[in-house]
Amino acid sequence: MRARLALVWLGMLLVFPAAAAQYAALPGGRFVSVLPADGKAAAAQVAPFRLRTELVTNAEFLAFVKTHPQWRRDKVAPILADARYLTHWTSADVLGEQALPRQPVTRVSWFAAEAYCESEQARLPSWYEWEYAAAADATRRDARADPAWRENILGWYSRPSTAALPQVGGIANVYGVHDINGLVWEWVDDFNALMVASDSRDQGDPDLLKFCGAGALSMQQKENYAVLMRIAMLSALKAADTTNNMGFRCAKSD
Amino acid sequence: MKRLCLLVLGLLLAAGLRAATPLPGDSVYNLPLRLTTQEGQQQMLSARRGRPQLVTMFYTSCQMVCPLIIDSMRLTRNALDPAVRSRIDLLAVSFDPARDDVATLRSYADRRRLDPRIWTLARAEPAQVRRLSGVLGLQYRQLPDGEFNHSSELILLDAEGRIAARTTVIGRLDPSFVKAVDALAAGP
Repeated sequence: MRARLALVWLGMLLVFPAAAAQYAALPGGRFVSVLPADGKAAAAQVAPFRLRTELVTNAEFLAFVKTHPQWRRDKVAPILADARYLTHWTSADVLGEQALPRQPVTRVSWFAAEAYCESEQARLPSWYEWEYAAAADATRRDARADPAWRENILGWYSRPSTAALPQVGGIANVYGVHDINGLVWEWVDDFNALMVASDSRDQGDPDLLKFCGAGALSMQQKENYAVLMRIAMLSALKAADTTNNMGFRCAKSD
Repeated sequence: MKRLCLLVLGLLLAAGLRAATPLPGDSVYNLPLRLTTQEGQQQMLSARRGRPQLVTMFYTSCQMVCPLIIDSMRLTRNALDPAVRSRIDLLAVSFDPARDDVATLRSYADRRRLDPRIWTLARAEPAQVRRLSGVLGLQYRQLPDGEFNHSSELILLDAEGRIAARTTVIGRLDPSFVKAVDALAAGP
């Protein structure tokens, strides 16, 4: 009996390798985002969801590329990933010194991040899900009103971007989600939906038919500029772009 | 007769060559994307390879700019030289797959008198819609009331699926865009 149990256990280990990604359950609810849901003042509604506790690492992305060779840097179509895609790896299927296995993978396009999450039966988080998860600190679900919390995040922005990235597994917030602030920028599913006008005076312009509906969004909570910088960064990117510090984690609907 | 045989053989060879040629890296047809048309037919986006396309994204319940987007597609096509008009196809993909099912797309096409030989209205699964907007460089966002904020553009794809021209002019003709479509559809 014990032997059979051990065999089953061994089988489970083989089917679910130790590296299987962990997801934390987040309750969601009404969330006052820096981006009002209606472009004016409405709070966002975040449905319960699960978020990957760690960023996707170089080792994990390498395993993905090996099973999905269309995402090798020497195979990928340029319309899905730009020329810098994974160029810090030694070769198309070797990480090397510039890309340690436990460092978060960066220089990945939004398309590549989407494809990776799909391989994990997951998706990228929405902006609201990401912002909601990132509002927490180690003890509070919403630490955003705390000036010390904001200072801490802004401190990360002053770290030189040439410094080597730390490995994943840093500070966890109250949900058990690691490194959501302070390690890399992160792709979100709707990165191209944030649509912040570069000049909010444009919004009343009747000739501005570029955007249908309520027009470009206006941003709230101007004091929370650590988060606003994230939005500015995401809004500036195209889906095939890669950058030195843009990584990702995946999410699942509950 | 012999000449006809040669012609047929030549055409077959040309078709075979086209199928065998790899897609250019900057073609939107590199995106594996399954569309369902207003006729209920499943079609890969890449199946549209071989003819230039005028492409846009819209949704049928949109009251503001979307009717103008469809008007602008029609205006642009009508402004072409009649000889080249038949060489391009029109494709409009919905931002709103939840509400734009096949029947809704079909009745919209009927109401707006969009000839199915020229127009394809299509839907795709939500994650795929976001990817299509990514390759086309369009933005959209659903609002709490179910409406969408979205960019309104017409995009010209060449026969290989490369973006050849685009315009944000909606509601009236953009002469330089018409010129680009005309030049591409007329061929070398």
